[in-house]
Amino acid sequence: MINQAEKANTVERGPSLDERSRYLRKLVVSGIEATKKGHIGSALSLVEIIRVLYDDILNYRPQEPLWPDRDRFILSKGHGCLALYAVLADKGFIKTDELKTYALEGSRLGGCSESIVPGVEATTGALGHGLAVGIGMAMAARMQKRPSRVYVVMGDGELNEGSVWEGALCAAKYKLSHLTVIIDCNKFQIAGSTRDVLDLEPLKEKWESFGFVTREVDGHDVNALRKIYKELPFSNTKPSAIIAHTVKTKGVTFAEGDYKWHWKSGLDEATLNKIKASLEND
Amino acid sequence: MFFTFKDSIYELAKADKRVLLMITDSDIGMDHMQKEMPEQYFMEGISEANTVGMACGLAADGYVPFIVNHASFGVRRCYEQIVLDACLQERPIRMVGVGGGVATAHLGPTHTTIEDIAIMRSLPEMTVINPCDALEMKKLMPQMIDWPKAIYIRLARYGKPIVTQEEDDIRIGKAVVRYRPEIAGRKVLLVSTGAMTSGAVNAAASLKEAGIACTVLHIHTIKPLDKDALLEQASSAELIVTLEDHVLAGGLGSACLEVLMDNMDPKDLPRVRRIGFPDRFIHEYGTQESLFQAMGLQPQQVAEKIKGFLG
Repeated sequence: MINQAEKANTVERGPSLDERSRYLRKLVVSGIEATKKGHIGSALSLVEIIRVLYDDILNYRPQEPLWPDRDRFILSKGHGCLALYAVLADKGFIKTDELKTYALEGSRLGGCSESIVPGVEATTGALGHGLAVGIGMAMAARMQKRPSRVYVVMGDGELNEGSVWEGALCAAKYKLSHLTVIIDCNKFQIAGSTRDVLDLEPLKEKWESFGFVTREVDGHDVNALRKIYKELPFSNTKPSAIIAHTVKTKGVTFAEGDYKWHWKSGLDEATLNKIKASLEND
Repeated sequence: MFFTFKDSIYELAKADKRVLLMITDSDIGMDHMQKEMPEQYFMEGISEANTVGMACGLAADGYVPFIVNHASFGVRRCYEQIVLDACLQERPIRMVGVGGGVATAHLGPTHTTIEDIAIMRSLPEMTVINPCDALEMKKLMPQMIDWPKAIYIRLARYGKPIVTQEEDDIRIGKAVVRYRPEIAGRKVLLVSTGAMTSGAVNAAASLKEAGIACTVLHIHTIKPLDKDALLEQASSAELIVTLEDHVLAGGLGSACLEVLMDNMDPKDLPRVRRIGFPDRFIHEYGTQESLFQAMGLQPQQVAEKIKGFLG
């Protein structure tokens, strides 16, 4: 196996996060302050992918979450839900204070996203479900002649699931050009690097060969994400795929690219303070 | 029963745009529907997980998808999608399990589906329907359109006999007294489901000849079980026997025991005996009828067992 500590040190950091990205990450961290645990690494690689969608691309109404013509956003890697909850709170679907109840008794914000939460289209957490559900929603939009577009975010580790590839074949068969798959490609899953656990490469070619027009982007570069999202659909006859290259635990410098931060529990005050300090200084 | 299902789904889809037929690579002879209603007809690949997930996405936006699968694949292959995408999120898909029980005994244990009722019955927000014949199926189908929960429908009886009467009022969740001998004698309640019910009626008729008053309560909806009907019939019986083409663990018999134990005073509880498949895979090939014979589920065998239980 590759020495993970060594690998972590070789992660390219890219440009510093802007104020909004740091703010959203602080919201993510506010979720784990009480429980001292959560999929922090999995959430922090996702923030810009979701932020730019909600800031610049998706049509939605926070006060009318089930507005029929809304675009559908499915976070198929449901364990990264803290990032989604942070954005939903920022947009007014839920109250920001509610984030502090994350995974606590009586909360509706659990460790994986649930459709009982306003703005969450599908309960996810078991991997490999979101694409199929998104295909159904995309088919429904087409049949009902609604303008809704569907965006499904999956983790790269999630692509181990066979059901993802059943869905890929199906989306291409139906030429779902209003369906976009975004891969949060942070290169790690819970047991180690995706290359070591179950190699996905050549990933771009895989998606292309399954019938998706596929592009790659720096998943933390807000301008690049905005630009590539605005170019959607990449084809009028094929679904689109975006491989967003990201960094696990992005923004917490001492934990970036370390697969051990996929999930953390028992976080003490000192570590939480260190995380917060790191976000301030990124 | 499957022909009736196909006729019903065609008529229902024609009348209601929400009704969809989704098939995972089977030639079930619905080309006319594909031609006339292409948007409501989905021929999917051998990809049960994706098909169920997709159906749930469609159901989330108001559609009523009927997914036709061999029962074994529909229950086993995409279980997690049924649990999480359908039941957990209350998306009203309909899983049509063709060939449940030993209806396709010639294909062996990969296809015989002996545990489907137990699995589906254990899921919150799932309804389990096991009709006894084509006419009952026809009467139930329109009610499935607006039923708010996911439904598993077991199709396990091909062809005759038809025991349902045209005038019968068949309702989801309501058990049917299918045979009641008006004789004095030792009282037995035989509770049956699906493909077992026609044989149960024959068994009860032969018991009548022997002076045993065996009432047949047919349960087409195993979940939610009609507690009131079961308790009412149980109250006057000396012996209750359950009959199912399913393993004993978790099936109809278990469901009845739960209701009886949870609702009756133990001192009033009649003896209960369960007849079904043994706790093993069925490696024997043959026909549905020959396997019923091998497993002791034919009417005369059931009647003899009941006599034995009475002692």
